[in-house]
Amino acid sequence: MFKGRDVVSILDFTQEDLMKIFRVASEMEAYVKTGVDLLRDRILALLFFEPSTRTMFSFQTAMYRLGGKCLVFSGVERTSIAKGETLGDTIRMMDGYANAIVIRHKIEGAAKYAAEIAEAPVINAGDGSHHHPTQAMLDLYTIWKARGKVGGLKIGVLGDLKYGRASTSFIFGVSLFKPETLYLISPPELQVKPEVRDKLDEMNINYVETTDLINVIKELDVLYVTRIQKERFPDLAEYQRVKGSYQINKQLLTGVKDDLMILHPLPRVDEISPEVDETRYAYYFEEARNAIPVRMALLKLILLGD
Amino acid sequence: MGEGLLVRKIKFGTVIDHIPAGNALNVVRILGINGDEGIRLAIIMNTESSKLGRKDIVKIEGRELTMDELNIIALIAPTATINIIRDYEVYRKEKVSVPDYIEGIVRCSNPSCISNQKRETAKPKFRVVSKEPLTLECIYCERYTSREEIVKQFISHMGV
Repeated sequence: MFKGRDVVSILDFTQEDLMKIFRVASEMEAYVKTGVDLLRDRILALLFFEPSTRTMFSFQTAMYRLGGKCLVFSGVERTSIAKGETLGDTIRMMDGYANAIVIRHKIEGAAKYAAEIAEAPVINAGDGSHHHPTQAMLDLYTIWKARGKVGGLKIGVLGDLKYGRASTSFIFGVSLFKPETLYLISPPELQVKPEVRDKLDEMNINYVETTDLINVIKELDVLYVTRIQKERFPDLAEYQRVKGSYQINKQLLTGVKDDLMILHPLPRVDEISPEVDETRYAYYFEEARNAIPVRMALLKLILLGD
Repeated sequence: MGEGLLVRKIKFGTVIDHIPAGNALNVVRILGINGDEGIRLAIIMNTESSKLGRKDIVKIEGRELTMDELNIIALIAPTATINIIRDYEVYRKEKVSVPDYIEGIVRCSNPSCISNQKRETAKPKFRVVSKEPLTLECIYCERYTSREEIVKQFISHMGV
């Protein structure tokens, strides 16, 4: 069921599929520092047309820990793309070299297009402001690992819900598990797109759109924080006002549930104050570490099967 | 209706009637007719209509278009009716209806979509999520494209 499968959107997966990934990821935890020889002689192509640190290095680490090898480029300066080679041709070539292809590209739909061209499975590592499904997998795994479940919780998603690909994939991913309530917390300018709202309606999700973090935060089991992107605001004064109201600090956390989990796909700028790092609520560094077992699990499942 | 004064009846072919006034050129364009195919064609614009007040009509002589070809008109002219003419008589009459899936005619409204990258071969493909108001969802980037955006594309194609 998993072998040879493309990973374009988190909505290509069911709750059962994601649970399978979590269980295999859990088995992989034992090998994150020692490795296990499962993918010897397999080659993973990592095509990062856009810069990345976490996603690229964690895919690379996951492949190395499984005994496989990587072909990597990050940025296009020293490749034939700089000579004007199309994405389609680049994919055709890499399809001949590698067993699977991971792609990050600023153009939306690039991963789906690559998946149509390549026979090898294609994994979307971010296409513009569209999707980032493997980030959502490790976000959800972090919740599952800490709470033993993902569904039935009160989940808040905070920040730029309009242009953020990580937030969109998280919103869809968590919706596959039927949250008790999904709070979409953002300034009005950065609310989810109608396309996302329609899918949530289709999935029958109980969601609330609000600008009010202060009251909502006390309700939450999980708060997923994303960066508010300054460049999206036509009015800088408006940005300053909004930015301040969405900064997570110790004072804001007074009265929250004891087991609140704060997640963030990183990098953060100032939306979570460093003083929060030492609290029991901070899960974002563990979340970043979980990238390894989750991506190991995904590569194992896609290249070897269930 | 007095149209006979403008254009005579056709013997065989397709008459597209009840096009919202001013849209006949867009209809011809969305059908992919450029004028150099040698098709005999009459365009009647802003003529009286009991249903629409004013309407446009397109008469295509010598060619019976299939409903698959014609339904694409519903994207910009949902009120259009089709008359297939054989031997000067209406042989069949149908209303156009928006298809469930569209490939290759409309462009995605998102300039950052892979289907809008000129050198790539990703053909624009859409799932119709709503027929009224018309909403197309891009298969690649999942962004919506509306009827207004589609009409704009055909106007800009004509350089108006």
